[in-house]
Amino acid sequence: MSALIEFKGFNKFFGEHQVLKDIDLQVRSGEVVVILGPSGCGKSTLLRCLNGLEVAHGGSLTLAGKELLSKATDWRQVRQQVGMVFQSYHLFGHMSVMENLLLGPLKVQKRERFEAQAQAEALLARVGLLDKRDAYPRQLSGGQQQRIAIVRSLCMNPQVMLFDEVTAALDPEMVKEVLQVIQGLARDGMTLLIVTHEMAFARAVADRIVFMEAGRILEQSAPESFFTNPQTARAQQFLEKFSFVESLPKTPHKELS
Amino acid sequence: MASSGLELLLVSLPQLAQGAAQTLSISALGIAFSTLGGVLYGVLATLGKRSVNLVLRVYLELFRAIPVLVWLYLLFFGLPIFFAVSIPSFWCAVLVLSLWGASEVGEVVRGALHSLPRGQREAGLSIGLDGWQLYGHVLLPQALKRMTPPTINIYTRIIKTSSLAVLIGVVDVIKVGQQIIERTYESVLIYGALFLFFFFICYPLSAASRALERRWTHA
Ligand SMILES: Nc1ncnc2c1ncn2[C@@H]1O[C@H](COP(=O)(O)OP(=O)(O)OP(=O)(O)O)[C@@H](O)[C@H]1O
Ligand SMILES: [Mg+2]
Repeated sequence: MSALIEFKGFNKFFGEHQVLKDIDLQVRSGEVVVILGPSGCGKSTLLRCLNGLEVAHGGSLTLAGKELLSKATDWRQVRQQVGMVFQSYHLFGHMSVMENLLLGPLKVQKRERFEAQAQAEALLARVGLLDKRDAYPRQLSGGQQQRIAIVRSLCMNPQVMLFDEVTAALDPEMVKEVLQVIQGLARDGMTLLIVTHEMAFARAVADRIVFMEAGRILEQSAPESFFTNPQTARAQQFLEKFSFVESLPKTPHKELS
Repeated sequence: MASSGLELLLVSLPQLAQGAAQTLSISALGIAFSTLGGVLYGVLATLGKRSVNLVLRVYLELFRAIPVLVWLYLLFFGLPIFFAVSIPSFWCAVLVLSLWGASEVGEVVRGALHSLPRGQREAGLSIGLDGWQLYGHVLLPQALKRMTPPTINIYTRIIKTSSLAVLIGVVDVIKVGQQIIERTYESVLIYGALFLFFFFICYPLSAASRALERRWTHA
């Protein structure tokens, strides 16, 4: 089966600094890929190249067979198929929840209001926030804002959703409500690329783990084998750090100084 | 004396009103074009295009470094000499005030847009908005609160600065006042009237600016 997304010999530079090196990655339709790796290894950049927020420099990147690294690429078209959710939600503060959700469908896709609104309401209900349809972002908790941001992307009917550390800015008690929404999408068979530091979630939701370091993909494997038996020493060290953090007592006895 | 002063004011009223109309229309046009030009400047300045920024920088510095009066002389007396183009003094004043005002408003708009979180732009792009939609629906509406109070202050400066137009021959409210004083020597009365005229136009504006600023910065 041919891949929905395919990076081939893909490179990205920031000035002189090469942040993605010779990336080969295929994502099939309906697959859930979780990207792991230490800070600064290029995870965000990889996602951002996929919807044109960063300009890439070499190799090839295709979406549904179409080359994206060509001058002719209509990124506005691509972005409607590739939804992106950010760490800090970035809802439009001057608009109500419903206005946030309808902006893209009405202005970009020129859809009928009643139809778009019906979809938005159904999705709001699904994430348990239908009663917030007229609220403004500042009146919502972080977890609620993030669920709205996910719905805002879903309202465009994308083929792929990109999640860049979407729970990293949340208070711990709100992480679960957001992860549950993403898990629901995974169950529905949506294609997802997820960057996260929630290891338990990664293990539960992923069809495949992609481990990156310093701009390269070092390892791609099924979650069980990655977490129990990582192939590279780097991945092993990375996982050890997390198990160390998780094994810390929940209420520290001493203040760190 | 008091009654003759009042009489004089009443008799001069039509003439003063004509001057006031000149002052107000130059100011209003200057304000309108400054706003349009300023928004355009602010948008262009936040596109992240180096060459565009360079051009805007030169434009800004030219209007910061060279007094408005010199610009008036340059365009009113210079254009006919160097380019054989002449502009009526009224429109010359509007043009200079607009170009100067647009650079001032433009810097305010640029600053307000710049202060928005970067993610607003990226979130807008990510749902497929084009540049017009991004600025029109997402960025400018959110910059409005921050840019309105200082922009209103620039409006009052445009109104006050419009009086320089006298020097290229525009018969504005001040010029009319001077003509009446030359005839009647009632300088206290006429200057008092001019004082009130500018005060009652500019004070509400700057009060509104302060009120909006208080309301919006504490909201
Ligand atoms: N706009 C930019 N200009 C220059 N360098 C950048 C830019 N954005 C990212 N980088 C650099 O590119 C590298 C990869 O950054 P990226 O944000 O993709 O990492 P990451 O894996 O997402 O890290 P984190 O886990 O901290 O989010 C880093 O070294 C970073 O400093
Ligand atoms: Mg990142």
